[in-house]
Amino acid sequence: MVGTGLRIGLLAGLLSLVLAGCGINNVPTLEERAKAAWAEVQNQYQRRADLIPNLVETVKGYAQQEREVLTQVIEARAKATSVRVDASTITDPAKFREFQEAQNQLSGALGRLLATVENYPDLKSNQNFLALQSQLEGTENRIAVARRDYIQTVQAYNTELRTIPGRWIAAILYPDAKPMEVFTATQGSDRPPQVKF
Amino acid sequence: MLPSGAARRRGPKHALFILLALCALLGPALAQSFPPLAGRVVDAANLLGAEQRRALEAKLKAHEDRTTDQVVVATVPSLGGTSIEDFANRLFRHWQLGQKARNNGVLLLVAPNERKVRIEVGYGLEGALTDALSGVIIRTAMAPRFRAGDFAGGIDAGVDAVLSILTGDAEEWQRRAKVRADDHGELDWFTVAFMLVILIIVIRAFFRNGGGPSRYHRSRGGSWVILPTPGGGWGGGFSGGGGFGGGFFGGGGSSGGGGASGSW
Repeated sequence: MVGTGLRIGLLAGLLSLVLAGCGINNVPTLEERAKAAWAEVQNQYQRRADLIPNLVETVKGYAQQEREVLTQVIEARAKATSVRVDASTITDPAKFREFQEAQNQLSGALGRLLATVENYPDLKSNQNFLALQSQLEGTENRIAVARRDYIQTVQAYNTELRTIPGRWIAAILYPDAKPMEVFTATQGSDRPPQVKF
Repeated sequence: MLPSGAARRRGPKHALFILLALCALLGPALAQSFPPLAGRVVDAANLLGAEQRRALEAKLKAHEDRTTDQVVVATVPSLGGTSIEDFANRLFRHWQLGQKARNNGVLLLVAPNERKVRIEVGYGLEGALTDALSGVIIRTAMAPRFRAGDFAGGIDAGVDAVLSILTGDAEEWQRRAKVRADDHGELDWFTVAFMLVILIIVIRAFFRNGGGPSRYHRSRGGSWVILPTPGGGWGGGFSGGGGFGGGFFGGGGSSGGGGASGSW
């Protein structure tokens, strides 16, 4: 006769397997996926911020008199990069909104700068500027893709937290798990600045 | 068991808002229907003649056989109301162009009715075929010909330019190890081994005291032991790559929105 202790142990082992089958690991798995998607969003915004000084320098060489638009871009960039972003940003609505607003402001300022450039044919045909512009457009597009991916992974994670049995599992095993914030679509912010040739 | 405080604080209003926002975002995605990946040239907008298509396919196949890069040309009659960047990225991921481990796919998408063209580059080729280079190809090789109505010539020139850039960088590319490889969908062997060990112990325990008057006895058949299936990311895809037996499949690659677009 095998001891009751062993039986209970075996039952516990089996139970954990069955529970794993019905998704006891879903909450941390989806959380990690959403965090990875968030890292990509930050990465792409950072890449955009890194491109801007070069762009501003190039435009300055041709359009010195557009001081106002250039200053706006520089200020918006400084503001966007000064927003402190850490792991808690995505679960804190206020912080998340701050991040989003700063980045949207930078998008707007950049859009105005690229629209101004239309008046400078020399600048528009400058190879250096064209390359920068391609990079900037590419980055805007990568931001859009990263944001879309982030929203999708957060959707999966939040759904898991709000539906049964994920909701119960989170309440028992992952009491720290909080729903994450998603980007809200603002007019035109998810489109790269349009530039006609 | 009560839900945690955090889940409770956010009322149903919050959840509803998120749901609505997601519906709005996913709406266009669901409305889009993509043409099947019938070959390396998917000419849904009928811009190419049969002869030109065959020549392009041969060129692209030769390149893939040499480098495993999957370059695909697609023309679509409509973008379904979305931007070409968005459409190209979704189509790229839908077709899973490029090898899964290398993400070395390129999609050249032409939408003649919207007068838009895009070169969408997979993660792994972003270093070779940069946004700036893609932009140059579109501006100099493709857009002028499209403007003159010469679609076949523009597509051919674009493909030639893309292939020449990819070939020039091929050696450097081969030295590079796996670039931004996807890691989801892998089997977790530790979990599998752990489950097997537990299973064996359980079965042996049941056999050893088979006659005992225990509650488990009834369920000796063990059919209620549900084994969880491990892994299973969304990026499954085909392994091995395309070109077998006449069919052509995407290799499981993905794109993060690299490349450039243009109009004419």
